[in-house]
Amino acid sequence: MSSFFEARRLAYSYPGGPLAVRDVSLSVPQASMSAIIGANGSGKSTLIRMLAGLLHPDSGEILLDGVRLKDWDPRARAREIAYMPQVTSTAFPFRVIDVVLSGRTPHVSRFELEGSRDYERAMEALESTGAVHLAERRITSLSGGEKQMVVLARALAQEPRLLLLDEPSAALDLKHRAGLMRTLARLREQRGLSVIMVTHDLQLTGSLFDEILALSAGNVAAHGRPDEVLRSEILGAIYDEPNVRAQRMGNQTLVWIDA
Amino acid sequence: MKAGREVTAGPLRLKLIRTLTILIVLLVAAVALGLIVGRQHIDFSNLLSDPIARTLFFRLRLPRVLVGLLTGASLALTGAALQALFRNPLADPYILGVSGGGVLGASVAIALGWTMRVIGVPLLYIASFGGAMLAVLLVKRIARAGAIVVPGALLLSGVVVNLVCAAAVLAIQYVVDPNSALRILRWIIGSLDAVGLEPVGRMFLVLAPAWIALLFFSRQLHLLAIDEETAATLGVNVRRCETAVHLLCSVIVGVAVATGGAIGFVGLIVPHAVRLIFGEDLRIVLPGSLLMGAVFLVLADALARTLLPTSELPVGAVTGLLGGPMFLWLLRRRQHYSVM
Repeated sequence: MSSFFEARRLAYSYPGGPLAVRDVSLSVPQASMSAIIGANGSGKSTLIRMLAGLLHPDSGEILLDGVRLKDWDPRARAREIAYMPQVTSTAFPFRVIDVVLSGRTPHVSRFELEGSRDYERAMEALESTGAVHLAERRITSLSGGEKQMVVLARALAQEPRLLLLDEPSAALDLKHRAGLMRTLARLREQRGLSVIMVTHDLQLTGSLFDEILALSAGNVAAHGRPDEVLRSEILGAIYDEPNVRAQRMGNQTLVWIDA
Repeated sequence: MKAGREVTAGPLRLKLIRTLTILIVLLVAAVALGLIVGRQHIDFSNLLSDPIARTLFFRLRLPRVLVGLLTGASLALTGAALQALFRNPLADPYILGVSGGGVLGASVAIALGWTMRVIGVPLLYIASFGGAMLAVLLVKRIARAGAIVVPGALLLSGVVVNLVCAAAVLAIQYVVDPNSALRILRWIIGSLDAVGLEPVGRMFLVLAPAWIALLFFSRQLHLLAIDEETAATLGVNVRRCETAVHLLCSVIVGVAVATGGAIGFVGLIVPHAVRLIFGEDLRIVLPGSLLMGAVFLVLADALARTLLPTSELPVGAVTGLLGGPMFLWLLRRRQHYSVM
């Protein structure tokens, strides 16, 4: 399948620090789901922030439809790629619907305000994340999990082709985690949405994702289908934990710690 | 779902028009009240025929009300913009040290007797703007840890910069002649005295373009107030926006301070009141604050002129006395905000 989004040999180092990401490449076909896994500090968030255009790689390039990401008009780019950060700290008590509506910005011309069509899209996005009942609540009054669903709805309101998620399931309970995965799977089916997700939740990655990129100290430690990457010896090396075990069961992979 | 759609009915455009209409009506009423009240009675029926009434009205009362309008609008607008920019509900030109820097700049200009103009702009304005700009840069630099401006550190560094500016102004007052010291003191307290419409026109010519330019950043500031990274991925050039808003706020506060002095709390209280009444959207909060700031200061000045039977209070004292308790009330409501 041809890819519309590609990263070629990316490298990045923070000022005064060692390379956080080195020589990482990936390609994203339409309606695909990719996971980025690795230990804390392995460069996962740095990589996804580069893909979102928040950090500029020291070397390498990122191409969207064959055009370098930095050459895209920022608003046009925001119609193609949405990013959900690990943490969204909003200081002001915005209504949830206003936060989600902000995702419509790239679709509204510069000197116009969002109209009723944008409200509808925002409500649909909230509905698809199961958070429509929160529409009138204040974002500052929500729990961590509720906030995540709202921020995801904001990203979906952008109607992107590619959704970048940085540990979206970290604050979610089992029910919301399952809801998140169902939503992503449905959007892939219905809209051809592609997803790249940074996650520590290896259980999630085994069944839903097409491919997994495993990072270790900024390098690609493994890259392939879940059954190729989720193996005891590979996970043991990535997480520097010899007791990690992985076993394939049908199209699922069970991962556990053998204490 | 249906219920959700019902409660969110009413597009933003209607809300904006409604807000601006209400506030324009309030402003017209406040200006009318400001023009009517005062220790000197003006006979409006003989305004054109009576030279004393004409002088009182056109040389004193009207300029004072207009300076109040321009200053209040400026301080409230910059307060709302700085709160969004720093994602901190307690930021305002006074607390962040911007006003303090402006007063220091103005004090230096007074002490050195700078009365000349550069391309028609009084050097006093430029000195005040320079002081305000330096204060913003200093406060931001102290409060920035890596890529993040730490909210607590921001307020603390603002307090420290204010204290240093106040100490420097005090030192200047000690070494200059009594006349200049008195003029500096007047600026510190804040006063809206103006003689004639010429200084008002000068103020307006600098302020109006800066207001309009700042209002153009409403959408970017709205997105920044929600979350900086989100704003960046939604197409906001965060650094360019920050630089432009700093520059514009420094120009506006610099001019407002050079004319009316460092009037406290307007930039803090007014945007909060606008948010409470009209909602959090910055595209409403910014123009709403501009109008409500004008209303607030025109009314505060009317109060300052009429509260005591024999003399006038400085308007800075009135806004401080009203604003202080309101500020404390806001602090008590801090559970509504996630960062303080």
